[in-house]
Amino acid sequence: MILAYFSSLDPTALVRALPGNVAQGIIWGIMALGVYITFRLLDFADLTVDGSMATGGAVAVMLIRGGMHPALALVFAFLAGMAAGFVTGILHTALGIPGILASILTQISLYSINLGIMGKANQAINVDQYELVASLRYVTAEMDVRVLFFLRMIIGAILLIALLYWFFGTELGASIRATGCNPQMASAQGINTSFCKVLALMLSNGLVGLCGGVYAQYQGSADVNMGRGAIVIGLAAVIISEVLFEKLCAGRKMAFAFSLFAVFIGAILYYVVIAFVLWLKMPSDYMKLFSAVVVACFLSVPYLKQKYSKKKKGAVKV
Amino acid sequence: MRTMLEIQDVHKTFNPGTINEKVALDGVNLTLEEGDFVTIIGGNGAGKSTTLNAVAGVFGVDSGRIIVDGDDITRLPEYKRAAFLGRVFQDPMTGTAATMSIEDNMAIAARRGTFRGLRWGVTKKERENFREQLRMLNLGLEDRLTSKVGLLSGGQRQAITLLMASLKKPKLLLLDEHTAALDPKTAARVLEISDRIIEEHHLTAMMVTHNMKDAITHGNRLVMMHNGRIIYDVSGEKKKNLKVSQLLEKFEQASGEEFANDRMMLA
Repeated sequence: MILAYFSSLDPTALVRALPGNVAQGIIWGIMALGVYITFRLLDFADLTVDGSMATGGAVAVMLIRGGMHPALALVFAFLAGMAAGFVTGILHTALGIPGILASILTQISLYSINLGIMGKANQAINVDQYELVASLRYVTAEMDVRVLFFLRMIIGAILLIALLYWFFGTELGASIRATGCNPQMASAQGINTSFCKVLALMLSNGLVGLCGGVYAQYQGSADVNMGRGAIVIGLAAVIISEVLFEKLCAGRKMAFAFSLFAVFIGAILYYVVIAFVLWLKMPSDYMKLFSAVVVACFLSVPYLKQKYSKKKKGAVKV
Repeated sequence: MRTMLEIQDVHKTFNPGTINEKVALDGVNLTLEEGDFVTIIGGNGAGKSTTLNAVAGVFGVDSGRIIVDGDDITRLPEYKRAAFLGRVFQDPMTGTAATMSIEDNMAIAARRGTFRGLRWGVTKKERENFREQLRMLNLGLEDRLTSKVGLLSGGQRQAITLLMASLKKPKLLLLDEHTAALDPKTAARVLEISDRIIEEHHLTAMMVTHNMKDAITHGNRLVMMHNGRIIYDVSGEKKKNLKVSQLLEKFEQASGEEFANDRMMLA
């Protein structure tokens, strides 16, 4: 029986699926960058992303259907995401609602807003009709289209990394980092921590909206549920990147740029692993459960490590 | 003489109307002239740190006014007051951002009270200046500009926080038991650095301490607080000749009076 199972697995199918997984990984990497900003730099578990991802997709798709160029539509997807981040930020800073709750409130209300934007639960765009920035179809198209598509994705990713590297190196970016690391120190040094939190949330959700816009084009439609569980995928990418590349990035010149780059690699690896598990014939219904378990495991590693090593240290000391 | 700080009849009650109600400041009045270095002593809950935090704007006060160099800052939020103030805290973790480098921390402090825009966070010229300043600390930090502050010892972090407080000359330096968490040798070293920085930049400073000897040997003025009030204020020659035993006596007198009052009430 085991033999029959193994002989039924087709290695070429795995290889054939690889380009698609990489493309998906790069696209979701954009969102993972956003998650990195809130989760790591701002120390804020922002669940807005599940909503703002779909908002980005909805805005992009509706604008493209209305005749806007797909690339330009992405700018508006970014802005729509920023607006969502702004709402979460204001709920948290000006109205004093705890961070996670503030982001859940925005996320829930975005569901209605996304339905409002699209008029129904999902809207399609046909790649034959529009000049889409990304599409599933490009991945399986002839060689030159394929190469051009991947080149575009990679250049886009590098551009985003460069922009974020620059921004977080500026005075304003440094004050956001300080706000996330030590709000007390930030206030004592004259940094308006509320402003920094709102700004970081806007930037983060802007990236998530952008990702939604690209991903909607990639799959040929926007759907109110397209962002469900997005935060888990984002976290998975961030955490995989840290577990695998943290030591490699630390202490280097431009370590921050390497960390951002690693986030993209983390997202790609996530999709490769998912594809692998599916290839092993795990029912796709269990995919979300599997993702959550993976993230839970990786999140708990630093805590358990510390707990374990503390016990050992204590024994030596006494 | 320029008056750098005026605290006028400041009151603050925490948790009013609840079982945890606590009168922390009960009519504090204090005026500091430019270059004054006042040490503040008193028992637990006397209101020493609360006074510093009221000036820094950690919380709003119930009544009274706080004026720094002629500007009424009573209603300003904490981050805006920071333009006038340098602060060092009891916990060495509080004053610096652990995951950021030494130069990043210092660059943030160098921009205290100025607009933070899209210029690069640390300039080459600044870096040289930081290196010079760190060299003067004599802690071997001048070659570790890009090290994460989280890797440093408590004493090193306090020394850096002190430097940060003075990079942009503050109108008032607030030291809140900044040596309490350090071992005696490191504490002495950090106090020495504090004295040097205050002298060098001719700063006006307030230092809260539990150590009566430190309170006498440092600064030109000494204030004792009890139950949210200033009960003893001494400066100049008289302060220099003060003995720890005299201070203790004063301290017992204050708490003894309270004890006597309690007895009278009960009788």
